[in-house]
Amino acid sequence: MSNEHIKQSSDASFGTDVLESGKPVLVDYWATWCGPCKAISPLLDAAAADYGDRLSVVKVNIEEAKTVPAQYGVRGVPTLMMFKHGKVAATKVGAVTKAQLAAFIDAHL
Amino acid sequence: MTAPLATRHARVLILGSGPAGYTAAIYAARANLQPMLVTGIAQGGQLMTTTDVDNWPADADGVQGPELMQRFQRHVERFKTEIVFDHISAVDLSKRPFTLTGDSGRYTCDALILATGASAKYLGLPSEQAFMGRGVSGCATCDGFFYRDQTVCVVGGGNSAVEEALYLSNIASKVHLVHRRDKFRAEAILIDKLAEKVKAGKMEMHLWQTLDEVLGDNSGVTGVRLRSTRDNSTNELALKGCFIAIGHQPNTDIFQGQLEMKDGYLMTQSGLNGMATMTSVPGVFAAGDVQDHVYRQAITSAGTGCMAALDAQRFLEH
Repeated sequence: MSNEHIKQSSDASFGTDVLESGKPVLVDYWATWCGPCKAISPLLDAAAADYGDRLSVVKVNIEEAKTVPAQYGVRGVPTLMMFKHGKVAATKVGAVTKAQLAAFIDAHL
Repeated sequence: MTAPLATRHARVLILGSGPAGYTAAIYAARANLQPMLVTGIAQGGQLMTTTDVDNWPADADGVQGPELMQRFQRHVERFKTEIVFDHISAVDLSKRPFTLTGDSGRYTCDALILATGASAKYLGLPSEQAFMGRGVSGCATCDGFFYRDQTVCVVGGGNSAVEEALYLSNIASKVHLVHRRDKFRAEAILIDKLAEKVKAGKMEMHLWQTLDEVLGDNSGVTGVRLRSTRDNSTNELALKGCFIAIGHQPNTDIFQGQLEMKDGYLMTQSGLNGMATMTSVPGVFAAGDVQDHVYRQAITSAGTGCMAALDAQRFLEH
């Protein structure tokens, strides 16, 4: 689950990684035991590379981060959240296809 | 903006990466057909969200679903199969070679094996949709984590409902099992386990009941309202998680109007004359849950995957 374009965020770094980011941020809440999370992982890698400087892609491991997922009401994985200017612009729960992911991102860039 | 998608050809193309798809790949590869396997979005299939698999023959000590599927994949990779991670959104089966369009490419093939499986079904209630991911879930192994020491319900009466309820009973403080009838269609050994959980006070049965509405607020799900299938009376349960396990529907939308189906499942020839896995279009074969709403086991899926590969091989030789 590592990729040069993707940042692994934590409770401690969520502020700088996401809330204070100068560009839109796609946050992926995931877990090691979650099959659908693994399924969409390559799509997120590709999105991070494709969108380059226009988008930041950040992952939050819900087992390690205790505070952030609860704070944003995450109760299922994978959950994708688009953040703009420190606020949640959109949420999508469950696995997505490449086309659905692109549509989700494009609608909020 | 987007460049035209490149088209790639395979003699045998397999759609799906559950036990049926992977087994078809092993057999097709060993027949030197150099198959291509397109995984679909849910690589590994339904077993990726299954924990204990205790009925996979020869795995005497049981195996975890994801581990089993990883071994399937490794087995496929040992022989010559190209595995492509893509999601097919359209097919043209009206002429050969068959054409398939995915998010990342276009594909043509001389023989096609459909092993696209089935996906979890939902009830279709507006409240169910509204609280999806905020208390409503279709995957206990994914989301059980969020309900440690809380109260949840599982809706359904088949094997997957019983398995999810048993899994959740080890995490949640209490599991309410909601079933519209009084008989569970699950393995007897699992039903015995249910009885133990009920006795231990970890589980409570709500028979002859359906989910009428999911209740909640800004924080997510706070309860459910059940309705009796016998006298229409309702009652409410306070809980945090509602797991839907009412069965599966075959992933056949993209074949609509091109292949013969019954209730959405692909029809195959079956019978004693060979080509048992062939669909209504010569050269298109089906294996696994996409053509089976009765048995739906990893082993039967693998079995029909093998049959489909052998049928495809015979088809290409003639």
